[in-house]
Amino acid sequence: MSTSVKSGARQAMFSRRKRTNAIALTLSLAAMGFGLFWLAWILWETLRLGLSGIAPATFTQSTPPPNDAGGLANAIFGSLTMVGVATLVGTPIGILAGIYLVEYNARGWLASATRFVSDILLSAPSIVIGLFIFEVMVVRMGSFSGWAGAMALALIVIPVVIRTTENMLKLVPPGLREAAYALGAPKWKVILAITLRAARAGVITGVLLAVARIAGETAPLLFTALSNQFWSADLASPMASLPVVIFQFAMSPYENWQHLAWAGVFLITLAVLGLNILARVMTRNK
Amino acid sequence: MSVVLDAPHPAAPPAASPRPKISVRDLNFYYGKFHALKAVNLDIPEKQVTAFIGPSGCGKSTLLRVFNRMFELYPEQHAEGQVLIDGEDLLTARQDVALIRAKIGMVFQKPTPFPMSIRDNIAFGVKLFEHLSPADMDERVEWALRKAALWNEVKDKLGQSGASLSGGQQQRLCIARGVAIRPEVLLLDEPCSALDPISTAKIEELIAELKSEYTVLIVTHNMQQAARCSDHTAYMYLGELMEFGTTEQMFFKPRRQETEDYITGRFG
Repeated sequence: MSTSVKSGARQAMFSRRKRTNAIALTLSLAAMGFGLFWLAWILWETLRLGLSGIAPATFTQSTPPPNDAGGLANAIFGSLTMVGVATLVGTPIGILAGIYLVEYNARGWLASATRFVSDILLSAPSIVIGLFIFEVMVVRMGSFSGWAGAMALALIVIPVVIRTTENMLKLVPPGLREAAYALGAPKWKVILAITLRAARAGVITGVLLAVARIAGETAPLLFTALSNQFWSADLASPMASLPVVIFQFAMSPYENWQHLAWAGVFLITLAVLGLNILARVMTRNK
Repeated sequence: MSVVLDAPHPAAPPAASPRPKISVRDLNFYYGKFHALKAVNLDIPEKQVTAFIGPSGCGKSTLLRVFNRMFELYPEQHAEGQVLIDGEDLLTARQDVALIRAKIGMVFQKPTPFPMSIRDNIAFGVKLFEHLSPADMDERVEWALRKAALWNEVKDKLGQSGASLSGGQQQRLCIARGVAIRPEVLLLDEPCSALDPISTAKIEELIAELKSEYTVLIVTHNMQQAARCSDHTAYMYLGELMEFGTTEQMFFKPRRQETEDYITGRFG
């Protein structure tokens, strides 16, 4: 009977598909397990070694000489300050450029050029940016400084914020803009009150991710802010930061320095994790 | 002709040759090189409902977007000819385009609530043209929401996001937002196409009420809707205005065979 032949063929085809599906599922589960295994191990080691190095003194005392007690206060303050200044400088520039790319001149040559340069900057190794700032700021001003470190970090923030702002604004439906224009709203008002507002969660997420990115950058700070083993709130002089202190201390033969390095790693991991979770929560609420 | 039988038409025929609110003279419109409107001539009577019907791509929405110069947002689009509103050509008017748009409100096919509270959705447009005290603003918001038959449903949640409303409520919010700046003309571009029958019925009732104060232009794909809520109907095809007359005449005694074919569903 032709019907039974047909149903037999379909049966075979169907069980073949089920087999393929099972193999594909196993492979992707294995890949996920492999990735998660290392990630979990890293987090575990960070937690195990970092948590034991955390004490009240970590936040109140500055980095000690070898084999002496101390903390990371100067490095934490330096990191917060430079990341803060970099975000304050980089965010408005990035958002404004993103707005220009979507709302003003999406297809013009200047927009294409901006997009191209921003993409290069986005994928440039951060050590290149560090050397650039070293050349144009540190050499000319004659000293390493917190300002130079902040500027290097700002250069990393800008392209990240440009990219996310552009992508988020592009997601705003054109009908929303038209509806605002149809009421007689001027362009700047439409952008500020409607488009940017509709894309708000995504734009803020972009900024948070940019902050998370620069929080752990070492290379751009090595040539710019250098480091400072003493407490310093002066952006015009060399400034300590967590990544550079970690770099220095982890390589040292002194046990107390190594413990502090792990404590620093723990703090940075915690901050980056927190920022990522915050970013995720913000986009979900949208 | 069967369509007409179940479509009760508003009893009162339009007053004898009412004053035209908008006069279109030799209007041609281009999307780049594409000739989308071809020598359109039309007089739209004041304080009545004019429906635009025709198959997709015939230029109905394009025509509506000329009336508030929405097409100017896109550099590759341009219009030639005259569109007179109260005798003044709005295509060359030295008036600010913002003032023209304040005079000619528009509601789109898909509801477009702004990302803000229900109250602010209404206040946004009002603030562009008037400086009202908070009390006056509250009054205006209530007035507009009442006009759009939405007040009773939202009066206890004016601070909630506009996006939290249902589709039909969102569309009435958009109508309220347009009405709030007190325009003279309302352009409705398929306002019910994304709505369920009950919401559609509410919007149609609303249109019937709005025409006592506003000149209403509505684009629709729904023949019954055109028959139910309009006084005049324009049939467009491939960028040309094929026939324009009172809705009664268009549905009972169309002058052109093409109009009759489209209305009775033999074509389109």
